[in-house]
Amino acid sequence: MATTFELISSYTVGSGGAADITFSSIPATYTDLVLKVNLRSTLGGDYFLFSFNNTSANFSARYIYWENTSVSSASLARYGGRINTTYSTASTFASSEIYIPNYAGSAYKSYSSDSVSEGNTTAAPGSLVAGLWSDTSAINQISLLPSAANFAQYSTAYLYGVKNA
Amino acid sequence: MPATYEPIASYTAPSAQNSYTFTSIPGTYTDLKMVVNGSFNSEDYVCLQFNSDTGSNYSETPIVGNGSTVSSGRAANRAFIFTQAVAGSGVRFMVQSNFMNYSNSTTYKTVLSRTDCASRDVTASAGLWRSTSAITSIKVYGLVGNNFETGSTFTIYGIKAA
Repeated sequence: MATTFELISSYTVGSGGAADITFSSIPATYTDLVLKVNLRSTLGGDYFLFSFNNTSANFSARYIYWENTSVSSASLARYGGRINTTYSTASTFASSEIYIPNYAGSAYKSYSSDSVSEGNTTAAPGSLVAGLWSDTSAINQISLLPSAANFAQYSTAYLYGVKNA
Repeated sequence: MPATYEPIASYTAPSAQNSYTFTSIPGTYTDLKMVVNGSFNSEDYVCLQFNSDTGSNYSETPIVGNGSTVSSGRAANRAFIFTQAVAGSGVRFMVQSNFMNYSNSTTYKTVLSRTDCASRDVTASAGLWRSTSAITSIKVYGLVGNNFETGSTFTIYGIKAA
């Protein structure tokens, strides 16, 4: 029987950081995609953005986010989730899981993202995101970009394919 | 090695329809994961029922963010689990629901859902079906009576703990 949940590609940020994390040449042979990421930035940027197929156009997203005792909701196109910053507790990274159903189909592409972080301090950001890429193209490239500066060394990203048959 | 994560059933709506029901769900897995992705022809509320139970045996607690405000709610003794409202007229949304220990016959059944409609709101909810029966069918439907549009997809996966 074909494997249902398969690793497509992985990425670990090396010394010096990375301006983005990009998965290219994503095969169209799966039904859905799952991204599992663990991220920290090299400065104060505390969230990441998406681009699909090397474009930042036609995105929308709204989300719930929280930190310490505060919870709010906002909208920001391409919003992917929260990340830890250089000001977060040392050696801590925010974890996110992103689900993209029917990524290779001909309808607009929804995505769902959950981010969490904990550092034994008052700054523990998290978010729940509802996103949409209003494009009928199959997704063959996914890029994650920090809101400022670079992703820090040891940040990781794993892209999995899910088959519904 | 036995597969841990397996597709059980997948369905693509060939035409507009108000509901889809997963039937004859085997009891051989530990947990279930359901993914629904599509659109409604008009604004509606995605709801779940189990084993054809239409009694007031369901409850849920959601947190909802609409891009401006965030709120939490509660509903008890309902005839369905309400995952959240979604926009209509072709607006895409997705629902992910996780059903832990769905096949045991000793505990009430918990459902953790995420409903995402970027044009409307983002929701996380905890639902409860007050029945110790194993879940053998799951009905997904629009509460108000509107239709999932053609091409909407419904998939359920089984997850084994060993």
